[in-house]
Amino acid sequence: MLAAVLALGACGGSGAGGGAGPVRLTWYVYNESSGAFAKAAADCSAGSNGRYTIGVNVLPNDSDGQRQQLVRRLAAEDSSMDILALDVTWTAEFAEAGWAMPFPAAQARTLTDGMLPAAVETGTWEDQLYAVPLNTNAQLLWYRKDLVPQPPRTWDEMLTAARRLAEEGKPHYVEVQGAQYEGYTVLFNSLVASAGGQILNDDGTEVELGAPAERAVEAIRALADSPAADPSWSNQREDDNRLAFETGSAAFQLNYPFIYPSARQNNPELAEQIGWTQWPTLVPGQPSHSTIGGYNLAVGAHSRHQAEAADAIACITGRDNQIRNAIDGGLPPTLEDLYTDQRFIDGGYPFAAAIYTALQNASVRPQTPAYQSVSLQIAHTLSPPSSASTGRLSQLRGAIADALESKGLVP
Amino acid sequence: MTVAVDGAERGNGRGSPETERQGNEAKRRGRRGRAPLSARARAERRLGWVLCAPAVIVILAVTAYPVGYAVYLSLQRYDLRFPADSEFVGLANYGTVLSSSLWWQALAVTAVITVISVAIQFVLGLALALAMHRAMIGRGLIRTVILIPYGIVTVVAAFGWRYAWTPDTGYLSGLFGDAAPLTEQVQGIGVIVLAEVWKTTPFMALLLLAGLALVPEDLLRAAKVDGATAWQRLIRVILPLMKPAILVALLFRVLDAFRIFDSIYVLTAGAYDTRSVSILGYDNLFTALNLGVGSSLSVLIFLVVALVAFVFVRGFGAAAPGGEDHR
Repeated sequence: MLAAVLALGACGGSGAGGGAGPVRLTWYVYNESSGAFAKAAADCSAGSNGRYTIGVNVLPNDSDGQRQQLVRRLAAEDSSMDILALDVTWTAEFAEAGWAMPFPAAQARTLTDGMLPAAVETGTWEDQLYAVPLNTNAQLLWYRKDLVPQPPRTWDEMLTAARRLAEEGKPHYVEVQGAQYEGYTVLFNSLVASAGGQILNDDGTEVELGAPAERAVEAIRALADSPAADPSWSNQREDDNRLAFETGSAAFQLNYPFIYPSARQNNPELAEQIGWTQWPTLVPGQPSHSTIGGYNLAVGAHSRHQAEAADAIACITGRDNQIRNAIDGGLPPTLEDLYTDQRFIDGGYPFAAAIYTALQNASVRPQTPAYQSVSLQIAHTLSPPSSASTGRLSQLRGAIADALESKGLVP
Repeated sequence: MTVAVDGAERGNGRGSPETERQGNEAKRRGRRGRAPLSARARAERRLGWVLCAPAVIVILAVTAYPVGYAVYLSLQRYDLRFPADSEFVGLANYGTVLSSSLWWQALAVTAVITVISVAIQFVLGLALALAMHRAMIGRGLIRTVILIPYGIVTVVAAFGWRYAWTPDTGYLSGLFGDAAPLTEQVQGIGVIVLAEVWKTTPFMALLLLAGLALVPEDLLRAAKVDGATAWQRLIRVILPLMKPAILVALLFRVLDAFRIFDSIYVLTAGAYDTRSVSILGYDNLFTALNLGVGSSLSVLIFLVVALVAFVFVRGFGAAAPGGEDHR
């Protein structure tokens, strides 16, 4: 892949210098391990009829690292920032700071045609589209069919089932993110939303965190105090959960669909037994609202080739590339009709219907330019899970209110 | 090297106490009290300034300007995410930092790491320095082996420690029954101190070795003849003579340890209340993008470091580097 990038760079460089020939665009994106992004870049370059070539500039794997690199270059007005892969939580920040270009309304409609409204909303700030959804993401409740005949619908049912398995001496852990990082904020957001509340108000200007937040904290504590909690919960991220589930010590896992291709590769026997259902809810009879994730593509504000960059984004987020990202890399597509496309489902995406339902009920994380500080305060105040208590919520409210005003220190 | 110069200066001072007193007196009286300079001396002085001007300008550009800019930023409300809201806020950012429990907690953690790690490094470093000094056979080999940890990039070493202490995969974690010390404050700080000690003890040993070279062999033999035990020779003869080297070593290490960043960044990233002041500054500057508050943190760290250096030079003044009176 490196050779391909270098080759692209070489031919792009010569073209841009001469004024004729293809414009060289740089796409800043994390290192997608299946190579689907590199293939998309090559295909789109080839299909542009010599208008542009796309070079991939690989960012770190963790989203904090990606954001720091992007922000550092953007703050220095680096003109090579043509196409930016933005986590769904950064839209407000990048828009407000003037780092991403808004798309004109007509172009925005074409670019997002046929895409899931929930995914489009993550790329939108103050009614303007700043980033086109590349892939979306939602967690499901994955369980072992050989241990759990009837999948739980609520958080309490899940803990009860786990406790019963523990008494029988069977694998019983609930694998979920608990380290002090973004994933823990996602868990809190999903719980608050599933209890019928939200962290900030709709405008992202005031703290809410009412009774549903108390319910969410109680749910975290209930898991922490039950035998269902993995002993290393307070240090677990998505991939630790995947590994623990694959090695057979768990009965449940709250995680993204990437775990499924992985399990089929690493433990095919266990993969046969994996069932999936909606995220557990906190209000019986009401659907859960797991947190929407994913990546969107934006045009950098200091790019000298914004028109070409927008065209390249249209190509990268196109149908064929989305299918390849989904099948090869497990990234849920943003095109709505794929979720009912039988060929796509049979081609390696059996849980498409469950993800589709989850996405329709999905909750978004607080939309504010200060999201990063808000998230840090949540993860910090409620960590480790075993010490989370409703008493800390008032402290959290104050910390978030400060963060929204960019007052105070972030942990 | 500093130590060697120190020794030489001391020799000069002893040789001509008269000149030194005169020099001190001239300094006290200041510039005005001096005899007027001859035209040639003035020309030479001007040439001196011209010759060192390029270096001064470069130093100003790379140090004074960023420091000054940080001070300027620290007086602003300046958040990259809210560029429109930038304004002058005076000392408000300092108030924010100093009234935050996060700052005091990070300061305490940093102080604990500094004091404990430097204390252990001193004891181990002294032992290693004595071993290197006394080694009769394989001297080169011993010195090389001792220096290996210092030659390893800190981040690489820190990753080594992190994997070693990760449950399931780490050999050290497995040794202690799948312990996960990096998820708990006190144990996490313990691992950070361990990594620091492992890494920089060789540096301490090297500085102390330079000091050991100052101890005259005859003096030790004389002490031996007088019946001093090995311990007494260490405490009564070697250490007092090494004092300048010890102070240099401690000053270097304390200032270095106080700015600890990379091993914590890799080991815990500051989670579970193990963050140092530098980690706190980084998080506020690069993650929160709050340049105002972040810069005031940087300035405060700078002031604390300056204070520590001042206390070292004044408090132990006599033999510290740059001290004027070497008796």
